[in-house]
Amino acid sequence: MTTSTLDPARGAGDGEAPSRNGSGTPRDYEPNMVLATRHFDVVGTRPVRHDGADKVTGRAMYGADLTLPDTLHGAVLRSPHAHARILSVETSKALAMPGVRAVVTADDLPPAEDKLVDVGEGDTRLAYVHGNILASGKTLYQGHAVAAVAARNAHIAEQAAAAIEVEYEPLDSSMTAPEAMADGAELLHPDLCTREFGKPTETPSNVAEHFQWSLGDVEEGFRQSSVVKEATFDTATVHQGYIEPHNVTALWNHDGRLHIWCSTQGAFVVRDVTAKVLEIPVSNIKVTPMEIGGGFGGKIPVYLEPVAALLSRKTGRPVKIVMTREDVLTATGPTAGSHVTVKIGASADGKLRAMEATLAYEAGAYPGSFVVPGGMCVFAAYDCANVSVDCYDVVVNKPSSAAYRAPGAPQAAFATEQVIDDIARELGLDPVELRLRNRAREGSRRVDGPKYRRIGCEQVLRAVQDHPHYSAPLGGPNRGRGVAVGFWFNVGLESSCTLHVSADGNVHLVEGSTDIGGTRTSIAMQAAEVLGVSAGAILPEVVDTDSVGFTSVTGGSRTTFATGWAAHDAAQKIVAEMRSRAAKLWGVEPDAVEHCKGVYSCNGNSISFRDLAANASRTGGPISATATAKPRGVGGSFSANIVDVEVDPETGKVSILRFTAVQDVGKAVHPSYVEGQMQGGSVQGIGWALNEEYFMGADGRMQNSTLLDYRMPTSLDLPMIDTCIVEVANPGHPFGVRGVGEANIVPPPAAIANAVRDAVGVRMRRLPMSPPAVWAAVSEASASGD
Amino acid sequence: MSSIHVQTTINGDAAEFLCEPRQSLLEALRDILRLTGTKEGCNDGNCGACTVEMDGRIVPACLVLGAEAEGAEILTVEGIARGGALDAVQRAFLEGAALQCGVCTPGFIVAAKALLDLNADPTEAEIRLWLANNLCRCTGYDKIVRSVQAAAANRREEAAT
Amino acid sequence: MHWIEYLRPSTLDECLDAFAEHGANARGLAGGTDLLVQMRAGRRTNAVVIDLKAVPELNELSCDSASGLTLGAAVPCYRIYGDRAVCELYPGLIDSVSMIGGTQIQGRASVGGNLCNASPSADVIPALIALRATCLIASADGRRTVPVEDFCTAPGRNVMRHSEVLVSLHLPPPGPGSGAAYLRFIPRNEMDIAVAGAGVSVVLDGGTFTAARVGLAAVAPTPLLVREAGEALCGCRVSRAALEAAGEAARAAASPISDMRGTAEYRRNLCAVLTRRALETAVNRAGGVLD
Repeated sequence: MTTSTLDPARGAGDGEAPSRNGSGTPRDYEPNMVLATRHFDVVGTRPVRHDGADKVTGRAMYGADLTLPDTLHGAVLRSPHAHARILSVETSKALAMPGVRAVVTADDLPPAEDKLVDVGEGDTRLAYVHGNILASGKTLYQGHAVAAVAARNAHIAEQAAAAIEVEYEPLDSSMTAPEAMADGAELLHPDLCTREFGKPTETPSNVAEHFQWSLGDVEEGFRQSSVVKEATFDTATVHQGYIEPHNVTALWNHDGRLHIWCSTQGAFVVRDVTAKVLEIPVSNIKVTPMEIGGGFGGKIPVYLEPVAALLSRKTGRPVKIVMTREDVLTATGPTAGSHVTVKIGASADGKLRAMEATLAYEAGAYPGSFVVPGGMCVFAAYDCANVSVDCYDVVVNKPSSAAYRAPGAPQAAFATEQVIDDIARELGLDPVELRLRNRAREGSRRVDGPKYRRIGCEQVLRAVQDHPHYSAPLGGPNRGRGVAVGFWFNVGLESSCTLHVSADGNVHLVEGSTDIGGTRTSIAMQAAEVLGVSAGAILPEVVDTDSVGFTSVTGGSRTTFATGWAAHDAAQKIVAEMRSRAAKLWGVEPDAVEHCKGVYSCNGNSISFRDLAANASRTGGPISATATAKPRGVGGSFSANIVDVEVDPETGKVSILRFTAVQDVGKAVHPSYVEGQMQGGSVQGIGWALNEEYFMGADGRMQNSTLLDYRMPTSLDLPMIDTCIVEVANPGHPFGVRGVGEANIVPPPAAIANAVRDAVGVRMRRLPMSPPAVWAAVSEASASGD
Repeated sequence: MSSIHVQTTINGDAAEFLCEPRQSLLEALRDILRLTGTKEGCNDGNCGACTVEMDGRIVPACLVLGAEAEGAEILTVEGIARGGALDAVQRAFLEGAALQCGVCTPGFIVAAKALLDLNADPTEAEIRLWLANNLCRCTGYDKIVRSVQAAAANRREEAAT
Repeated sequence: MHWIEYLRPSTLDECLDAFAEHGANARGLAGGTDLLVQMRAGRRTNAVVIDLKAVPELNELSCDSASGLTLGAAVPCYRIYGDRAVCELYPGLIDSVSMIGGTQIQGRASVGGNLCNASPSADVIPALIALRATCLIASADGRRTVPVEDFCTAPGRNVMRHSEVLVSLHLPPPGPGSGAAYLRFIPRNEMDIAVAGAGVSVVLDGGTFTAARVGLAAVAPTPLLVREAGEALCGCRVSRAALEAAGEAARAAASPISDMRGTAEYRRNLCAVLTRRALETAVNRAGGVLD
């Protein structure tokens, strides 16, 4: 039997690419070359996305676009204090206002049981989820939700929320990890005791967790080193910055069923968390994910849904809440600010002998800062025998941190990649050459335990070395070039997919992964490849939680990888069914029917997929198939940047002159959207590097909670972002897919810092490298005669 | 405390609505007229998601009162495609993969079309300057800028034939 | 947002009557790019919004080399930089109006509104100061003119009484050998508030400065006219050393605060840098050559 589909057990790109270097030097890769040796008909092409027409005409329905008949509008009252005891909440004035229908506070939530809840990319204590949704007893950050109102329109709701009288007793607050870890710091959670190395202790502390990983003997490694560099780095709190504010409409019907429409990265997470918080069965909740206007990890947590549900239960009407931009910035997931010390030793031959890191990340108000992935990634690009990593998860009086694109990794890379750059300078080695000599490779053990399978670290670094950008002249004073490498491990989790073959030969694809960046199409393309039909013949829909099997969040770069895998498997079932339908037509055994590119044949007979679909009724009825996936063959992704900057020494302004993003994506299913992910992640990294930060006043309040003063890059701040896709197929995926969404944000801050160092000789150890900070560093260096 | 009766033209059609004086044009479009293609991202003029054309000039609909639409000609993203055909900018955005989440896209489409109406052959720098009031967090702008360039080229070609 | 009443007078008299009637409760609406944002944030609570865009006098834009520029207070930025005569005669003003906000904001925001908002960081005010603009203010009781450098009195406050309206600005015609420029520093390249800004104008005669004015933004509670900087230039040869000296005078005159946009020290540095760089442009526009 021949088939155009692939055996997932073997993997797509297992065959090695031949050397194609004409100069005669054997080499096992070329930049921008497809390393997967199989040819695909659909995978790797660039069709127009299925939801495109809706999105360029304004027809696509995002959460805030939905207004059900008889809808009430909600608003949330938020704490003005970074840390305060709530002495009383008086709602009567608000309730008495014309047009106000209901008010809820934490008292309306059932008491939180002491148990863990899966919040999308890991577990946390239910009490923390509760506490963040509506503050009880204390508020832990400015913006912390205290109460909510439902009213006839949003203006009335906002005015009524402001009319709720709350008496606070302000408490001392801690804004950074070092502050919160200091002796005598006010405790955010009096019952929080540090877990040391995974074991509970009885020491109340703002340090929620401390653990350590190690390999070999770092002390011995430093003794073997002729160069040892150590430095401490800080990064500011930054926000994911999605353009669409969080929103929800909830209808708690009189039959006890709760229907939620919202903008989320994970409809099933919303369902499951809301069920746990409200203590109702999950099957009583239906979540319809609307189109989502960006997330980057920040639309995994549940903020508004239980609140709107409670307001709906009280009023018997649909309740819609849309956050303001200030709400988004002060009350939803920033990523952790960090305080990281990295020490690296190398011998004179350019071999890294020891690597040591201490990472303290700000979790925000509740534990869970993504310091763990930070620790996993901090030295992930290097093969080193002696490694030690200490991680501290520290609660501070800022919004509870949420995932942000490779959460935890950019902060770690900002430290490591600058120390590596210093070592290269001291040894007089090309910085890419130093990285290549010490690259992580198949078989390298990462400090947190796993041994790498096939990875593309070397190919990414060689693509950097060979890129014309790397050897192009800089062409002016105060210009510099930097490189850095980054890693993200990617995740698998769980996905479901159903295919329905329609009589005209098109196929409806039903899936549960909300589509943030074109994944309907990248998933549909994988089904199309298996079925031997065009991408346009697959009609993908993202549906509600009643209408598809459980599907984990759109996050961890997993959607094209894992939901695509489910689509691949469902399509294989359809192929098997089609073979049996053709067999029925011809009176042969299904095993005798061959499938190739959508044509089924046996003994000189052949029939197309489309004709088989038309004959479904005569051959046994409707043709559908469902598959679920919980893939284990996750393939991590390495990325690297080459960046040229120019620094204005008189103002400290850093301009990005040229930027190249290189990433191993395994297999680029839709190269345009792969490039788009690389470009978007790069630019978020540029924003993080240069101008984005939470300015917290002495009063613990955010000073810049607008998109005027929270400065994300505009089109005028950037050059084109050149991309170089490297495809080292993931042997753990039928098409070799690794996932592309995250690794690209990891290297930019470090690469830019290295470029600034190259341009004006100053080492920027704090993010952002804003104009005042760079000017101060340059001024100080010139004053001290450097 | 009464609403205002506003008579205006939206996407070429006469339209009228009642709005509270405090309601913005953005609220009037989205909440009253249910033209939800125009998006709200910040409600203070800094993200460009609510860009509409008003009397031939692009403005942030969040910084216009609904009452100010009296007698004005408004063009929203819903009015960009003509009849059954997408505008060159819309086609270029699709072909150039210039959108990811798509929530900023209506604002970019309206703004980019207005640019090409004024300037048939803008440079990259002119495109970046014109669009600096439109934030996109997904794409890094690269494919947006390229798509506007492609749309301009297509429009010039169409005009020449 | 709180409930408001919206009025749209179509003559100046109606407009002045409305302000006379509503007094402190009223606030004029031109582009709305500051007012609506401030109202939504609860920073302004005026109950009556008077739309100025139907009043002819507030929408006048007339410009020629004999009488100068008369600029109605509600004229939006895009009309100003879309006017060929203004572009030719007042490039320093064009610098400032083409950098307020972005394209969409410029479709709404007006010079008069930027002035009335009286933000220390307003981009147009230093340019207007450098260009010797005067403000025509009217009320039902009469009219008065105020030099633009005296218009702002504190952050968010100006000299106008509640019954008064800013009708227009007048800029005298630039004489021979004139040049002007506005330059600001922002961390991004667009869509930002000036960390500091410098508006300058010069008059050159035979390689010598015969007049010069320097206005600064964001380095004091109000936009500043730095007389010392202009005086430092007058009578000097057009040279880099003279520009440096003017920059140092600007640095000395600044009394900035430290805030999220920059430290006081950083802003003082920017005053010197921006003044010098803006003067280079102004000299260039005046046809001068730096020694």
